[in-house]
Amino acid sequence: MVMFWVAVLAISILLYVLLDGFDLGVGILFGLTRDEMRRHTMLGAVAPMWDGNETWLVVAGVILWGAFPIVYATLFSAFYLPLLLMLAGLILRGVAFEYRYKTERLRWVWDAGFVGGSLVAAFMQGLTVGALVKGLPVSGGQYTGGEFGWFSPFAVLCGVGLCLGYALLGACWLVKKCEADVRDAAYRLIPYLAVGLLVFLVVVFGYALAENLRILHRWLQRPYLFVFPAVGVIAALVAAASVRGRRDGAPYYMVALIFAVAFGTLAISFWPYMIPFSITVAEAAAPHSSLAFMFWGEGIIVFPLMLVYTAISYTVFRGKVRPMSDHY
Amino acid sequence: MDLTALLLSRLQFAFTISFHIIFPSFTIGLAAWLTVLEALHLATGRPAYRLVFEFWLKIFGVAFGLGVVSGVVMAFQFGSNWSVLARMSGPIQGPLLSYETFTAFFLEASFFGILLFGRSRVPPWFYLFSTGMVALGTTLSAFWIMANNSWMQVPVGYAIENGAFVPNDWFKILFSPVLWARFPHMLLASYLTGAFCVAATGAWYVLRREFAAEARIMLRMGLHLASVLLPLQLLFGHLNGEYVVHHQPAKMAAIEARWRDQKPASEVLLAWPDVANRRNLFAITLPPPFGSLIDSDSPTAAEVGLDSIPRQNWPPVLIPFFSFRIMVGCWLAMLLVAWGGSYLIYKERIERSRMLLWAAFLSFPLPFIATLTGWFTAEVGRQPWVVYGVLRTADAVTPFLTARTAMISLIVFCAVYSFIFAFGTFYIYQLLRAGPAGGLAQPPAAAIPNRPMSVVDRHHLTPAARRGTAGE
Repeated sequence: MVMFWVAVLAISILLYVLLDGFDLGVGILFGLTRDEMRRHTMLGAVAPMWDGNETWLVVAGVILWGAFPIVYATLFSAFYLPLLLMLAGLILRGVAFEYRYKTERLRWVWDAGFVGGSLVAAFMQGLTVGALVKGLPVSGGQYTGGEFGWFSPFAVLCGVGLCLGYALLGACWLVKKCEADVRDAAYRLIPYLAVGLLVFLVVVFGYALAENLRILHRWLQRPYLFVFPAVGVIAALVAAASVRGRRDGAPYYMVALIFAVAFGTLAISFWPYMIPFSITVAEAAAPHSSLAFMFWGEGIIVFPLMLVYTAISYTVFRGKVRPMSDHY
Repeated sequence: MDLTALLLSRLQFAFTISFHIIFPSFTIGLAAWLTVLEALHLATGRPAYRLVFEFWLKIFGVAFGLGVVSGVVMAFQFGSNWSVLARMSGPIQGPLLSYETFTAFFLEASFFGILLFGRSRVPPWFYLFSTGMVALGTTLSAFWIMANNSWMQVPVGYAIENGAFVPNDWFKILFSPVLWARFPHMLLASYLTGAFCVAATGAWYVLRREFAAEARIMLRMGLHLASVLLPLQLLFGHLNGEYVVHHQPAKMAAIEARWRDQKPASEVLLAWPDVANRRNLFAITLPPPFGSLIDSDSPTAAEVGLDSIPRQNWPPVLIPFFSFRIMVGCWLAMLLVAWGGSYLIYKERIERSRMLLWAAFLSFPLPFIATLTGWFTAEVGRQPWVVYGVLRTADAVTPFLTARTAMISLIVFCAVYSFIFAFGTFYIYQLLRAGPAGGLAQPPAAAIPNRPMSVVDRHHLTPAARRGTAGE
């Protein structure tokens, strides 16, 4: 039962990162062009899905609360300010989708909210992961770090890294969904973003070595973990080849695969901790009566349905968006 | 007053949840009404039903979007500001709220897209089905929220183990009589909100001599529905009072401003409760046994006064006392409008009765005020407990939260919400003023679902509305 909810939680977080990742990334790239037609097409490439994508964040949040209440309570109170800014960012970028078309004079306000909100939300998510990798000050099951206990140069670096990563996902999504100048611009961006991300990974690894982070020891204890980076390298090579060959469909899936192996690497190097290295999965799990109640209804019946809904939505909106949409 | 992290967190929760409830209370009722309209359209084939449907669907879209963005915040706030509560009651509140996300949010998101942009792509029966599914989604969402809140009001089916509330009887939690009195009360409140907004809009158009056929439908359906639901709401309100009498005597004593035990009890209609001296000033009181009759359905029942409850277990008295009376006052005003209006409809005189039309038009805030004050009564009256009788609000707040941090988040939420609310209301007003004059136009083929608010893009507005905003 505990393992089931660990799995559902992992799937939900991964889906969130892969799906909302590309629309946050498009939001970040949105700031790079001033051309209204391009901006319009970029929005069109994510507009049908962003709302559903974001729902996976709520799903992850409520699974944490229901199945791992201690983790929910500890993390959400520890990351008070990053969480606040992330929510504010998500709200501003969410309404921007709609409000920007209601006005011409004030459109720049909503566009700024869209770019800024996407950037802030992505940065805060990266920062949170970075702070977790570095290790939160927790003692006796209680967060003890105060207002800024999550802050470290490493966490900030991870925030920047995730912005780059999401932007790369976003660029690959634009390549997949768009045509003409938007696609070409995205193709030109991909190498820069990819190199940026690579530099980030090297720096993170160097930092981890220099700081002798505890997470590194787990790698030495579990050498099979190196399968993940190997898969990542292969995916990166395939992505590079498909970008060179201008095969529009492939890069997104390859970058998504890189994200997935990065996520898997992190998850397995945390295991069995949920908050490394203070609270384990077993310590955090809710009582059996709670997990069972969730399992028999939402777990085995509703959760598969949610996956089906998501699949249907993406099937309906498959293919390229038309660049000259007559909607507005 | 000292601005502690506790007080600021309470203010923040009160602000964000009050802001949020405005939208669901409107959309739950509206979704059900849209289903009825679509069914009527299918059954009768009258185009006016279709016009009214399309028109209210646009307004539904904006309100729904605002409800979604303000609702996401709620899912995180329990953990950030109330981490002790989140940790202790997580095994019960967490599963209930996760059921809400799983069963309601994805249902709403999927079928709402079809509602907005799928009319031409699906058969009529499936379109009606989708409307029903959205209505079901909003209703399920309300159910889980009420299940969660009812457990906080009257916790059942649990044991305390290792400092956490561990559920041992989900049947008791989900079939608690308290929940089944409160869930219909909230549903009826939503239906009344929808009914009054629709009737008020109809009255507005009649006063402006526009959209006669649509206004006729709105006015009639709205007022008739309200006429039937209002007495029912009184009944469920009364059933809510029963659980308060049995489980939360301190809340009842505060609502009634009853200071001393009485048998049989009198009923304070209006007064200024003087809390320091434990008495009522300027009281207008019905003699015994009216208080016992109203609270306990018995001419001889004993009612508890605040004097016999330890001071540290008192809720604030003024807020439950007055908010309850405002709620009942709104109910009474709505009853007068709904019954008066229904009578005039029966006499075929309503279109000429400007006084009733003005009253109906101006009554649209009443159901919102009644819903908010009803929640103020329930939630402030629950104090000083967050889980009634077992966990105090003061003990539930995140222990290391500083006043400075809480102040920052309160300011950010107030600023962001006011900003998006101001624009959202402005767009709803634009839509209402433009009216259902758009004809039976389909949304453009390239329009995209999952974009609740895209339906109000200025492109779709009538020339009149566009003129109105030409200054931008």
